[in-house]
Amino acid sequence: MKNNNDLLSIENLHTFYELRRWGFIKTGNVRAVDGVNLQVKKGEAISVVGESGCGKSTLAKTVLGLVEPTDGKIVFDGKNISHMGKEEMKWYRAKVGYVQQDPYGALPPFMTVKKILEEPMTINGIHDPREQTRHIHEGLTELKMTPVEQFLNKFPHMLSGGQQQRVVIARATIMNPKLIVADEPVSMLDASVRVEILELLRELQEEHELAVIYITHDLSTVSYFSERIVVMYGGKIIEEALVDDLLKNPLHPYTKALLEAISDPDGANVKTFKKVPGGEPPNLLNPPPGCRFHPRCEFRIEGLCEKEEPEDFFPEENHRVECWLYKE
Amino acid sequence: MTRNEKILEVKDLRLYFKTRYGAVQAVDDVGFSLGRGRSVVVVGESGCGKTSLSKAILRLLPSNVDTYKGQVFLNGTYVMKLSNERFRREVRWVKAALVPQAAMNALNPVIRIEDQIAEPLIIHERASSKEDALKKARDAFQKVGIPSAFLRRYPFELSGGMKQRSAIAMALVTNPDLVVLDEPTSALDLLTQANIMNVLKRIKKEFNLTYILITHDVATASEVSDDVAVMYAGQIVEFSDAERFFKNPLHPYSEKLMASVPTLKEKKTLGYIPGQPPSLFKPPTTCRFAERCEKRFEKCEEDPPTFNVENGRLVKCWLYEGDVKNEE
Repeated sequence: MKNNNDLLSIENLHTFYELRRWGFIKTGNVRAVDGVNLQVKKGEAISVVGESGCGKSTLAKTVLGLVEPTDGKIVFDGKNISHMGKEEMKWYRAKVGYVQQDPYGALPPFMTVKKILEEPMTINGIHDPREQTRHIHEGLTELKMTPVEQFLNKFPHMLSGGQQQRVVIARATIMNPKLIVADEPVSMLDASVRVEILELLRELQEEHELAVIYITHDLSTVSYFSERIVVMYGGKIIEEALVDDLLKNPLHPYTKALLEAISDPDGANVKTFKKVPGGEPPNLLNPPPGCRFHPRCEFRIEGLCEKEEPEDFFPEENHRVECWLYKE
Repeated sequence: MTRNEKILEVKDLRLYFKTRYGAVQAVDDVGFSLGRGRSVVVVGESGCGKTSLSKAILRLLPSNVDTYKGQVFLNGTYVMKLSNERFRREVRWVKAALVPQAAMNALNPVIRIEDQIAEPLIIHERASSKEDALKKARDAFQKVGIPSAFLRRYPFELSGGMKQRSAIAMALVTNPDLVVLDEPTSALDLLTQANIMNVLKRIKKEFNLTYILITHDVATASEVSDDVAVMYAGQIVEFSDAERFFKNPLHPYSEKLMASVPTLKEKKTLGYIPGQPPSLFKPPTTCRFAERCEKRFEKCEEDPPTFNVENGRLVKCWLYEGDVKNEE
């Protein structure tokens, strides 16, 4: 699925966390991201779904340049970001926005909304106060925080969770970035505001032709937000498809189990039991050989799945799956 | 089993907390009842008083209580009249047990799981000897579906889902009449979550367990509920059986809440609730939801009483004034 329109291209990315004993003896690596290939086009919203510990947040942090990749390449707008200097990194960070999971933890408690939003501009060379104010007004109006004056001098603790998250989004978008990485942006919010925030993010994305990487564990919100979805398990991407295709026709046994586990509100649910694969997600310090899902998989092919790592197969157009079941 | 046997009856329960700025009316005039073998799910946004309700029922009160009034009958005993010591000896964990929020992190890290599960039995003198207590702990462990080999382990050797199930086992070990589960799955992964829900369904069926489940997640709530109680700003605004509730919520707030829940199997346009819940320092004398309600009319200036409509569904909303059916 490689293309010249790609804004971001991740090739064979590995990010390991080194484990050391007494600070200097290497005892192993946690293979948090282990061979990920992913392309994001300009103005495209893509969702990364997986359970905790599957490496989705590490993938986000590596893309943001917060964690050094162990191996592989991240190319943004034609430039490799893996080995950037300080100046180049500054350029990159102005082009990429980060929306954190916990808005209250992400906002400095003793800075007012105005100060919080001024900071990225000051760092990136917009010093004219009038221009700063104009940008802040535009940003907050777009996020429906009006009248803007009412919010400018407030501290984060004076805002509700939804408003805090909007300030976080405003801060991420104020430099007009090309890419937003949103790591579980609504998981800490109440159901009633969740949708509102996702819609705002979606509007921003369409209006400014932003590319968005939306990281979540909540499959049910995905179809409201993005066109494409990738499923991660044990540090790898195991399935990639258009959202509707994946929801209608999941191919990987893990994706099937995930979809099965989600409940829609319905009074009849009480009477039925869910089918849940046994076992636990793999330990990334010492992942199982072969397919990472094989110890829990009911469709396991003996003699193959536990020995050899599956390759990418394309059983349908634009539908990639890493599973031996789909070998021609 | 008689269907009319009431395990829990709550009437006009109020719990206010003292703060520097006045009393917070966390639970305000709540009443409902629960028959043996039924489960009720309390849903609501954060800060609506769900957890305070569970604390009020179990008399687990912090030191800053301002008002604690009303009546709680547990299996016919008027528990609010008991002295603290008698309540501790006769009710707490014997008749009513709690699985607190983030229970899996509440386990003592330096004590083996089996000793922790057996502890309530020994303290409440429900076991003739330590061996007997450990045997009962093993039974409880089996109920929640963990191999008994794990009993000899320490909490850090168990996965999140197992720890959560151990906490449930600990609540079940004394065979209480009532178990209160506060957000039992909110910190867990999807597959683990589905697993725990299966466990809850199974033990309810097999042991005729009565429980109150507190959650903000309406979709998972539908998995285990016979009845649904919707809380808003410290009050129960709707109490209904699950089947009819999920098909057709009555209160405007419940409607909006349900509309904001994303669903996977069918596509629907999601709604959200503009505005914020009222402050609980001085809640409005009008209907508490009036400010955010699309269906408000003149009558809403007055606080509505609870109407009994459609054979036993309770709604606190003026819209249903005409539909009242007084049985018997």
